[in-house]
Amino acid sequence: MHSGENRLGALPSRLPRGADEGAEPQPGDSLPDAAAGPLVRPYTMTGGRTRPGSIELDLISVVVAARQHVEQGTLEPEHEAILQLCRRPLSVAEISAHLDIPLTVIKVLLGDLISRGAVLARAPLPTAQPPQMNVLQAVLDGIRRL
Amino acid sequence: MASVGSEEEAGTEVIPLAVKILIAGGFGAGKTTLVGSVSEITPLSTEEVMTEASLGIDDLNGVEEKTTTTVALDFGRITISDGVVLYLFGTPGQDRFWFMWEELAQGALGAVVLADTRRLETCFHAVDFFERRGVPFVIAVNRFDGAHAYTEHEVREAIGTGPDVPILMADARSRESAKDVLITLVEHVMTHHTPAVTG
Ligand SMILES: Nc1nc2c(ncn2[C@@H]2O[C@H](COP(=O)(O)OP(=O)(O)OP(=O)(O)O)[C@@H](O)[C@H]2O)c(=O)[nH]1
Ligand SMILES: [Mg+2]
Repeated sequence: MHSGENRLGALPSRLPRGADEGAEPQPGDSLPDAAAGPLVRPYTMTGGRTRPGSIELDLISVVVAARQHVEQGTLEPEHEAILQLCRRPLSVAEISAHLDIPLTVIKVLLGDLISRGAVLARAPLPTAQPPQMNVLQAVLDGIRRL
Repeated sequence: MASVGSEEEAGTEVIPLAVKILIAGGFGAGKTTLVGSVSEITPLSTEEVMTEASLGIDDLNGVEEKTTTTVALDFGRITISDGVVLYLFGTPGQDRFWFMWEELAQGALGAVVLADTRRLETCFHAVDFFERRGVPFVIAVNRFDGAHAYTEHEVREAIGTGPDVPILMADARSRESAKDVLITLVEHVMTHHTPAVTG
């Protein structure tokens, strides 16, 4: 058990780093493995489809299976698995985690289902505006109740 | 399963609104621990697979040799009500995954920056990021065994945040402490950010 003396001065300070103004943290910014090259999303994995239908899905877009039937045989097993899973509303991130399928791929598969009307989606809050007070209050109350 | 209400109302399902809070901080700062302390589910992990181009390319259809890299994201869930679900996302610890932060930060209600005083500098990138993006955040000092008990003032001086950014001592392993952190954040968001007016 070593004493804490002389440790106080050891807290590093953030702001002097700001001397290099405008240094926006970027992917691979001044990092050891930056030499490995930029990272891009693997659009090719999904046959070049980048847009899941017309709706832009993100991590917390919540989807639910519609109650209408889609003809069997027209769906891939992954589509069926998604339909099974989202009989109750679930987020894109949860579906990806439960099925162990990467997010990018899940978004495209969901796009297929949405365009067939087999899945309904609710987009998250518009990103430009902060959540409304009543939502914040509900979240606050919900956390307090935990 | 007994179902109340009509089965006929296809297409009128109530799809809850999802909101998210980010839990950021350096490597090993306790992000996953904090998520697990308050989540109603065991934290899940999802993956984003990224193609790593071996050369700087701007054409995604390029034929350069590529390898794939996986970024794992941990998250937990708190059902607020029938209409609202809160997700807590731990940010990827590795700095090279900054691109993932952009998507995570979009539409986030706010963020918790976990500061580990044994290596405080590991949270600076997160503070820079949220300041620049205008994402409201609080700093939770996660007190590890054997770490010196710095005061809030000392931490604030070192991080260099204004007095409006809440800083609190926390233990990510404790549900009550993790709740306090989240409550402080949401209250901070409610007092310092002008939410959209309905209509
Ligand atoms: N003493 C103490 N240990 C903690 C605390 N919070 C987390 N730990 C421990 O620190 C270790 C790292 O915690 P994690 O929650 O995995 O940290 P993380 O930020 O998710 O780590 P990465 O995802 O690897 O960056 C674990 O062994 C935790 O049990 C704390 O408040 N006090
Ligand atoms: Mg973790």
